[in-house]
Amino acid sequence: MMHFLLLFSRQGKLRLQKWFTPVPEREKKKIVRDMTTMVLGRKPRSCNFLHWKDLKIVYKKYASLYFCCGLDAEENELLALEVLHRYVELLDKYFGNVCELDIIFNFEKAYFILDEFLLGGEVQETSKQVLSRSIEASDMLQEAEIDNSDYDLELGWP
Amino acid sequence: MSPSVRLQEMIRVIRGARTQGEERGVIQRECAAIRAQFRQADNGTRSHNLAKLLYVHMLGYPAHFGQMECVRLIASPRYNEKRVGYLGAMMLLDEKQDASLLITNSIKNDLSHSSQYVQSLALCTLACMGSAEMCRDLAPEIDRLLRASNSYIKKKAALCAVHMVRKVPELGELFTPAARSLLSEKNHGVLHGAVVLITELCERNPDTLEQFRKAVPELVLMMKGLVMSGYSPEHNVAGISDPFLQVRILRLLRILGRNNDTASDAMNDLLAQVATNTDSSKTAGSAVLYETVLTVMDIKSESGLRVLAVNILGRFLLNNDRNIRYISMTSLQKIVQTDHNAVQRHRGTIVDCLKDQDASVKRRALELSLALVSAVNIRSLMKELLLFLSSCPPELRAHTTSGIFNAAERYAPSQRWHIDTILHVLTTAGGDVRDETVPNLIQLITTATELHCYTVHKLYRALITDISVQSLVQVACWCIGEYGDLLLRGECEETEPVQVTEDDVLDALETVLQSHMSSPATRGFALTATMKLSTRITHNVDRIRSIVSIYGSCIDVELQQRAVEYNALFKKYDHMSQSYMHIVVSEEGPKNGQTPATLVMDCSLCYRTSSGTGAPSLGTRLLNSFYSQAIRLLNT
Repeated sequence: MMHFLLLFSRQGKLRLQKWFTPVPEREKKKIVRDMTTMVLGRKPRSCNFLHWKDLKIVYKKYASLYFCCGLDAEENELLALEVLHRYVELLDKYFGNVCELDIIFNFEKAYFILDEFLLGGEVQETSKQVLSRSIEASDMLQEAEIDNSDYDLELGWP
Repeated sequence: MSPSVRLQEMIRVIRGARTQGEERGVIQRECAAIRAQFRQADNGTRSHNLAKLLYVHMLGYPAHFGQMECVRLIASPRYNEKRVGYLGAMMLLDEKQDASLLITNSIKNDLSHSSQYVQSLALCTLACMGSAEMCRDLAPEIDRLLRASNSYIKKKAALCAVHMVRKVPELGELFTPAARSLLSEKNHGVLHGAVVLITELCERNPDTLEQFRKAVPELVLMMKGLVMSGYSPEHNVAGISDPFLQVRILRLLRILGRNNDTASDAMNDLLAQVATNTDSSKTAGSAVLYETVLTVMDIKSESGLRVLAVNILGRFLLNNDRNIRYISMTSLQKIVQTDHNAVQRHRGTIVDCLKDQDASVKRRALELSLALVSAVNIRSLMKELLLFLSSCPPELRAHTTSGIFNAAERYAPSQRWHIDTILHVLTTAGGDVRDETVPNLIQLITTATELHCYTVHKLYRALITDISVQSLVQVACWCIGEYGDLLLRGECEETEPVQVTEDDVLDALETVLQSHMSSPATRGFALTATMKLSTRITHNVDRIRSIVSIYGSCIDVELQQRAVEYNALFKKYDHMSQSYMHIVVSEEGPKNGQTPATLVMDCSLCYRTSSGTGAPSLGTRLLNSFYSQAIRLLNT
């Protein structure tokens, strides 16, 4: 299973953190520090796999963001690269030519998309179309609720 | 109270802060406003206030005061509030916090909600942070969902069950029947979840494993379907139909086929088919092939299939993609003991990877090369290893040198080759060798009696070239002290002899003694060697005496003590006869060519070296015999 998924920028700023096992807050901060140091310190044409404690670390850089995940030792690293790639594709489809700023200003959407793709550290759906449809449907449910409410739209969700 | 700003507005303001202090100020203000809003009654802004708090939390600021708000929002009837509430719970709560217990009831209710998207939120949160207690509580609910719901929910329920089994293994029994029936589903998401669940159940319970072995034919058919199916737009990734599901099926087959001939037989053909038909030009295909290889090597497969698998790994070694080369080598490392000959066939490619740019690939190639050393290939492989050593990254040097020494010790074709190899390593990377290298090399040289002349010549030449590598200098000094007479003789069969005078040799030793690069231990070796030469040379004994007496007042206490003792030996030496110096008791016996005097000095050296490293050793034992004898002699 995947133990965690982190997204961070070239300067080491965290943009998303998903933890699939219970980790104390202090430990989380330490892991994030270790990951950013290790990954940002890699030379440009290195391979995308690392070892850290008893986990396999797989990372990939997409534009200005590093996608970094920690896996159990028996996981297939090449498949993990495909998992990261699939997530990027989903983000790209949703935001239309996704960039780091999209993820910064719509971080909660990035989480919702991730939660449709991975569950408990495992892939839950392998079809891109099915995933996009369910994400759209959830959004529409949200919109419908807002439309039907008495909320002041300035204060509601975009 | 200041009016709340939209989430995105707040993010913009925070990012616009020019200093850390300014950022802190903005965030403190916002958090104060959010706190105040939380205390108020429902005013329709709760969800986006929590969202703002979650953003602040991701920047590293404390957000625990939002925990109760998560609980409240989860209980709300509105979908968008639940959505943020559950997100907040996953980010701010974990099973160790008390607040997490409070959401159990909400989750239970939401698992039966009429909207599948609300059910989905509950399932996701449960699988993310469900404690053992919550899992025990809600397991029957999950079992129900596994049996009777649409595929959207079933796939999520399956993975939720996986989490529950990880937390509370006894729950495995509850889910086994439902898991079995899920295998007949057509939906890929559900199948994937089912395979993951069955894998988890089989890994934890040998009885369940036995039960699911009967499902091997079904799994084989499923896999065949995926491999042979035509292009399926929904699941296609670079020409592979649903690589995620394929890999998981292969992993499950691995577990089922392990240590079981029947199951392994049943999957043999399929594995051969996948291995042959999968296109590995892209990562997706390589991932499937990789998993296939791992499965083949782990089950009881036919030898032909095993060879096929190793050949795939060999092909991977030649792949342009560095990642594929890396995993190929990690896999080869796992099987190099069991399938040694098959891996040997790819030795050439592995050795080439020593020259790869990537440090991880280099490290793997080194491990593999060392594992592949044998009596047959030692000469050629050692050439490559020594070449590697001269340009290898610093963090690998120590490992490389010890690997080379081990290999040389096990498979050295001749003593001369062995000595040459060690000297080569010392010259290239003498600073990265372990402490035992020096005494081990001395031992080796001593036993290679026909090569003493050759060795002392080589070491003398090395010494006059460079005295910075301590290990090399120490051995060279010892060798000169021991076999200096062979050096001065000016003739040697194995190599070009040097023409040196006694003064030249003493010059070399004195340079070591005086150099600031020499460590105290090295100086000790040099001093002892100088002393030992007094028994081997004829013309310059006075020079030796004067060197030794100078060090009688040296600042280094070690050196001083040694020099004083040697001086004392000098004074007594003239009066000692061979019979007094005849020392017999020894565990090894006096070594070839050693006079009793030099034997005593050697033991003194051994003792100091061993006590310096704190390890009781041969030196100490020898010392007990000899040092007391020497003292006795000095007093006669």
